Amino acid sequence: MIDPRTSLVAGVLATGVLTLVMTASQGLGWSRISLPYMLGTIFSPRRGRAMAIGSLTHAVLGLLLALFYFLVFEVWGRAGWERGAALGLLHGAFVLVVGMEILPAWHPRMASRHHGPTPTRQLEPPGFLALNYGWATPVVTLVAHLLYGAILGAFARTVV
Amino acid sequence: MAWSDGGRGVTDAWTQRGSADAPAPPAAADAAEPCPKIGDHALIGDCGSAALISRWGSVDWMCLPRFDSPSLFAAILDPERGGRFRIAPTHESHVWRRYVEGSAVLETVFRTESGVLRLRDCMVAAPDRCEAGALWPEHQLLREVRCIEGRVEVEVVCEPRFDYGRRRIRPEVREALGVFYAHRGHLVIVRSEIPVEVEDGSVRGRCWLEAEDRRFVLLAYDQGEPAVIPPLGQYAADNLEATLAYWRDWSARCDYQGPHREQVERSAITLKLMTFAASGAVVAAPTTSLPERIGGVRNWDYRFCWLRDACFTLRALFELGYTEEGTAFFSWLLHTTHHSHARLRVLYDVFGGTTRGEREIDFLAGHRGSRPVRVGNAADDQLQLDLYGELVAAAFEYVRRGGTLGRFAARLLIRIGDRVCGLWQRPDRGIWEVRSGDRRHTHSVAMCWVALDRLLAMDRDGDLVLSARRRTRFERTAHRIRDAIEASGYSRRLKSYVGVFDGDSVDASLLLLALYGYVEPDAPRFRSTWERIRAELGHGALLMRYAHDVHGRDDGLPPGEGAFGVCSFWAAEYLARAGRLAEAETIFEALCRHANDVGLYGEELDLQDGTPLGNFPQAFTHVGLVGAALAIAEARGKRPESGLAGHAARQQSGHMPDAEAADDLHTEKPAAGTEEENAS
Repeated sequence: MIDPRTSLVAGVLATGVLTLVMTASQGLGWSRISLPYMLGTIFSPRRGRAMAIGSLTHAVLGLLLALFYFLVFEVWGRAGWERGAALGLLHGAFVLVVGMEILPAWHPRMASRHHGPTPTRQLEPPGFLALNYGWATPVVTLVAHLLYGAILGAFARTVV
Repeated sequence: MAWSDGGRGVTDAWTQRGSADAPAPPAAADAAEPCPKIGDHALIGDCGSAALISRWGSVDWMCLPRFDSPSLFAAILDPERGGRFRIAPTHESHVWRRYVEGSAVLETVFRTESGVLRLRDCMVAAPDRCEAGALWPEHQLLREVRCIEGRVEVEVVCEPRFDYGRRRIRPEVREALGVFYAHRGHLVIVRSEIPVEVEDGSVRGRCWLEAEDRRFVLLAYDQGEPAVIPPLGQYAADNLEATLAYWRDWSARCDYQGPHREQVERSAITLKLMTFAASGAVVAAPTTSLPERIGGVRNWDYRFCWLRDACFTLRALFELGYTEEGTAFFSWLLHTTHHSHARLRVLYDVFGGTTRGEREIDFLAGHRGSRPVRVGNAADDQLQLDLYGELVAAAFEYVRRGGTLGRFAARLLIRIGDRVCGLWQRPDRGIWEVRSGDRRHTHSVAMCWVALDRLLAMDRDGDLVLSARRRTRFERTAHRIRDAIEASGYSRRLKSYVGVFDGDSVDASLLLLALYGYVEPDAPRFRSTWERIRAELGHGALLMRYAHDVHGRDDGLPPGEGAFGVCSFWAAEYLARAGRLAEAETIFEALCRHANDVGLYGEELDLQDGTPLGNFPQAFTHVGLVGAALAIAEARGKRPESGLAGHAARQQSGHMPDAEAADDLHTEKPAAGTEEENAS
């Protein structure tokens, strides 16, 4: 049975660490990927507002996914930071390979590589493995998700 | 204005210009120079960064994301290595250019044998469109090229070189999105309606344009996040129109209606271009290391904010009707100086932070071989006493125009007064930031007097409250300062104030003694000082800041520099305030003729041909132009008085040291109150 308190605390912590790693990579100039900004521009074109909405959305998604991770651990019958890290790695790979590939199709403000920008679609698309945002982007994304999963796995060990 | 914004044939316009007051088109075709002169450039910007564009359509200087960031284009400092962004006809052409009226949109017209091409350049500034919900890149340089007549082959060359040309980045072509240059989280996107390809790291392309053909080329910059890629076509045209509208609205707010309005408006726009909108700071110039003498070593980085320029800049903004900008600038001043606890530094960055020292970039050749190229400014940690007077005088100008000081601002100013009382006897580097050591500069000491004088005036007006003890201390110190200046800063032998205490040469900064109200402009002591300044430092209408070869004056650097732009305008302002209007106008008009073809001034002017030298354009020179124009307008009776001089505080804090000096300092007898106070 999933313990809501543990999953909530673990979700907040894991999402915080993921955000920290990805934001640090932006600040250090390693990658320009910004999941809050990409999410927020779905709802608003204004940079400040987009960041606010995107950050909130990103945090909520982080918590919901934490619940999903706990569900997986429960179905699995085992947990632990190693299993969590493996799950996080899979999650990160999915985001990079599938998520980034389909994002331009449904993001209302993302430009298409083939058709160029339009007055409503001007946001730079991520490209394969989000490499458009810098060569270190896949590495940063994988590491951040690995840590996310590992933290959730470590917390889940106590309840599964 | 001879030109309409569009539609009119170039030939007609040219004919009109030839017959009017504007210069005729050049007789011979202009071949693009490998390294254009300083004055061959015009400035565009978006109040965050700026670009210099040569008359041959080349962006030769641009730093991103802000004024003091490393350069992306630096061909002005090294045509080989610096990088440029050029759009121009492939054939030889006559060039004529201007700013579109009331705007910072530059228009360059190339007339070739086969046709006429018009290039419009701007950095997009369209807050309304941004507010209306469009995605917006951090910076956007937009270039519209249009064939007006005949057919012209046009070429595009874009060579971004990050970090002052240190980095040559291999670009990535992303199909319809454009060409992408990425470097450590910074991203530059080049998009073009002229077919281009990447060659050796540069974007190059050329095509023939027929009459009325129009193409857009743009460069967008973003950092840290997924970039915004602006479309071209009608969207770009709308951005250009919105930028024009923004600048026209802004310049329409200029409420100056006196003589030389065109020059004053251009100076206001230039000042706005050098304003960092996010903080309200005004940089001294958007460039570094443009030499004060071609081939010389006097090459400094001016992409910072000097406190020295504060008072005049504030007055210029307020007097021209730009209250919002003036208030933002004053807030920046307070915010910045608050952090340093009344220990003022000479210069700050646009966010009020301290700069990171000075270093030389040895791989750049320098403008026309003028090395070294410097980044950062070593004047940062000098002691310059005049700053204290400048800051307090700026606060005084602010409250005089209806502003109010908060508690913390008042406390800061009072602390500055305390500091002045402790420091005024110390030698310093002075207004010219000499590198030859500290001396007691008359101007610096006089500005200490100005600081105390304005504080006492604000106390009297109720803008701040001084304790009785402090008031007495300030008054006594002001008296002692005046005594010292009249004893050691004035030479009875020369019948003139002198640049340094007990010295025997003058300095153009002495003009500020009259402009700040230390002495009446037409007082005998100052009239003779002006005569001496003109004799020692004057070159026609131009004025040197000091003479290098007079009496062994040494500023720690090899001699050789031009006339100082702002000093020349101070002379015009001084003459207007002294009631010598005809002389003031003669000098002012002569100085106007030394502006470059689009009305911009550098820090200095070449003594031989009057062309600009030093960093370009220079905010302080344009502030000087505005000050002189205001003084002339006031002398003509077309404006109420706005001068920094002539308020009651002087009578309180400046008793006369002796009878002779008193006679020489005033055209009228001192007020009775002053005499009583002196007696007491």
